[in-house]
Amino acid sequence: MTKAIILSGLRKTFGRTTALDGLDLTVETGEVHGFLGPNGAGKSTTIRVLLGLLRADGGSARLLGKDPWSDAVELHRRLAYVPGDVELWPNLTGGEAIDLLSRLRGRLDRHRRDELLERFDLDPTKKGRSYSKGNRQKVAIVAALASDAELLLLDEPTSGLDPLMEVVFQDVVRQAKEQGRTVLLSSHILDEVEKLGDRVSIIRQGRVVQSGTLGELRHLTRTTVEAETSRPVTGLDALSGVHALRTDGLRVRFAVDGARLDAAVRTLSEAGLRSLVSHPPTLEELMLRHYGDELATNGHRSEDEAVR
Amino acid sequence: MTATAATRTTPRRDTGRAGDRTTLTGAAVLVRFALRRDRARLTAWVLGLALVTLATANSVRTVYPTAADRASIAHGSANPALLAMTGPAHYLADYSWGAMLGHRLLGLLVVMAGLMSVLTVTRHTRAEEEGGRAELVRSAAVGRHAQLAAALATAAVADLALGLLLALGLPGLGVPGLTGGGALLYGAATAAGGLLFGAVAAVTVQITAYTRTASGLALGVLGAAYALRAAGDAGESGLSWASPIGWLQRSYPFVDDRWWPLLPALALAAATAAAGFALSTRRDFGAGLRAARPGPATGSPALGTPLGLALRLHRGLIGGFAVALLLLGAMYGSLLGQADSMLKDVDQIRQALARLGGHTLADSFAALTLLVVAVVGGVYAVLATLRPRAEESAGRAVPVLAAGVSRSGWLGGHLAAALLGSTAVMLAAGVGFGLAGALSTGDGGVFLRLTGAALAFAPALWVTVGFAAAVYGWLPRAMPLVWVVPAYAFVIGYLGPLLKFPAGLDRLSPFGQVPRLPAARMDWTPLAVLTLLAAALIVLALAGFRRRDVE
Repeated sequence: MTKAIILSGLRKTFGRTTALDGLDLTVETGEVHGFLGPNGAGKSTTIRVLLGLLRADGGSARLLGKDPWSDAVELHRRLAYVPGDVELWPNLTGGEAIDLLSRLRGRLDRHRRDELLERFDLDPTKKGRSYSKGNRQKVAIVAALASDAELLLLDEPTSGLDPLMEVVFQDVVRQAKEQGRTVLLSSHILDEVEKLGDRVSIIRQGRVVQSGTLGELRHLTRTTVEAETSRPVTGLDALSGVHALRTDGLRVRFAVDGARLDAAVRTLSEAGLRSLVSHPPTLEELMLRHYGDELATNGHRSEDEAVR
Repeated sequence: MTATAATRTTPRRDTGRAGDRTTLTGAAVLVRFALRRDRARLTAWVLGLALVTLATANSVRTVYPTAADRASIAHGSANPALLAMTGPAHYLADYSWGAMLGHRLLGLLVVMAGLMSVLTVTRHTRAEEEGGRAELVRSAAVGRHAQLAAALATAAVADLALGLLLALGLPGLGVPGLTGGGALLYGAATAAGGLLFGAVAAVTVQITAYTRTASGLALGVLGAAYALRAAGDAGESGLSWASPIGWLQRSYPFVDDRWWPLLPALALAAATAAAGFALSTRRDFGAGLRAARPGPATGSPALGTPLGLALRLHRGLIGGFAVALLLLGAMYGSLLGQADSMLKDVDQIRQALARLGGHTLADSFAALTLLVVAVVGGVYAVLATLRPRAEESAGRAVPVLAAGVSRSGWLGGHLAAALLGSTAVMLAAGVGFGLAGALSTGDGGVFLRLTGAALAFAPALWVTVGFAAAVYGWLPRAMPLVWVVPAYAFVIGYLGPLLKFPAGLDRLSPFGQVPRLPAARMDWTPLAVLTLLAAALIVLALAGFRRRDVE
């Protein structure tokens, strides 16, 4: 058993809206899998199918080797879930909500719970309605991570957390990974997925459009290179795969396809490299390649588009 | 729009003086917006109440065509049980068709208009604050009193529309005696009742930070006002003058056409609304009058089960209804001693009650009033079963379902709480009825008989829970439909005797199946059938909920 999640051809419609349109997703056991997409792409619908809250209209889903709909309860004892928009009971305190969810799942590890409360700097004695958005989020995160669940389904878990708490969250997720847990981390915060994810799947309009390790995905995109040489560079514009070349005296700036990086750098060193800065493509750029068409119609032109 | 509302800063809290125009900035827009949001809901309320009244007015003419018929029903209505349910005995002197409307329906219309106003005011004030939407609205150029003023105005529009429909519709029926002036008073009294209880809600939404508690408190005031007038009218004591509903009923439309009892009601409404505005400046936005206190840092193990969680979430509702029914039962019970002596002379009543099989007149009185108590219990049963729907809509079902609780376990917990609660509130009603009854009759044996009689209605409440649960399991969006069960039982029980509905209609309601203890003999069969039906409905509900998507 090496696959924690296998979804293939998953379909789900709500009335006339198609939320999932043949979605394929594989998550290996023990990895942190980034699940990336814009709002409304189908991330939460996918997770709700995985939780057995929604029944898929087509395709198949396996979670820890079981069926998420019919084996829901058994599976839920082995997983923990953090929604992106945590709703708490107005008249229960945060501490009560954490203990409630932990006990329902099976076991309450009070030591771990208190440690997490400390790390997230959360006051457990306040009533649910008086927590801010970020603090409600912390309640759900503490409840999920205090468990010994082997799978964590995190649906935009850090929405509303301040940057300091985001760092704590990243540490805690890394710890979970070291303990051998599997994490599905849905997000539209690219930085977060980039820091934590072993592999990434990009979802758009109910389908996974790209899936692989960060390295594999980078291969598909362009690295930006800025260099200063001792002599003017020649021959770069003749190289295939080099785009948006700009020369300013001895400084050059260009974007190059991953496969052509080697040739481009060799050309630069022939002109006597003085300094070299290269930016690996950020997930922003990866995303913009896939959503560039959408953004263009919204009046934004991505850098990628401009380069082309 | 004035810029002053947005830029004004006051170091101290605004005292909300009259004439301070900026605190009401934006209210007109909010009223239009509220009416837009509530257009279906309020239309249904207003049209429903107006149509029931007009239909009743129309049918009393055909059911009681002659003066002898009317004298006969007046004679039959002159007993504490019916007076407690309807209105003051003065209407009975000349029981014309108009007097019947005033006697049988005006009190009910005031209660219903009050209920509509309470729900409207809380929905547009505290519920908006609790849901976080008020924050957005208040960040615009909206004065600090605009939302409460708009909520009151919205309720007032609905109350006045209802009053106007009654004032115009009743004379239009062409029923002799339904004069234009009387109808205008009838509509005005109804609207005044709505305005008053809307104003009560304007105060209760300041007291507590929770919408449910706020409407519960306001409805508690409404219930207390009803109970006071019921006790006063049944005992023909001055107690009715302690109740605004009693004042409005004493306007005697179509009989005496007195306008002055509306004055204290409207003055009280204005004073109460003013208190609401004043209190609203003494609290923080989003908070109640008392600051929230910290609670326990850890959850007790009892909370860690689906039933434990459900009981925790239901306990306020169960407690509130248990107290309300205990008091309502005690109010009726305290009249029990008088019932025997008051009814003795009325031969016709004796015969009618004898048909119910009562040993004593007090027994028959108890059997009649217990039905009213049980219908209030039915309202509890519906509210309790709406709870899981509210949890699901608010997104609080998902974390529990994702934490290893099965669909059946989660819904089962809520339904078990609703079933236990149904039994508890009927027990409370029976204890209140029995204790007060034993005291007023001086017969200790009454206590157990009345407690048992009230508990006999528990299976009818279980069926109500089961029906509501089945709708939730299969058609969650149709949940408002489940109000049909207590509403039907109430209409049949309350208007049936007056309008002489066929007896079979009563049998369609679970409440009509319950043996009318202590007047009738105990019959276990219908109770067993109701219990089995409730169980079957709950099985059906769980099957449906396991099958559908969670929202």
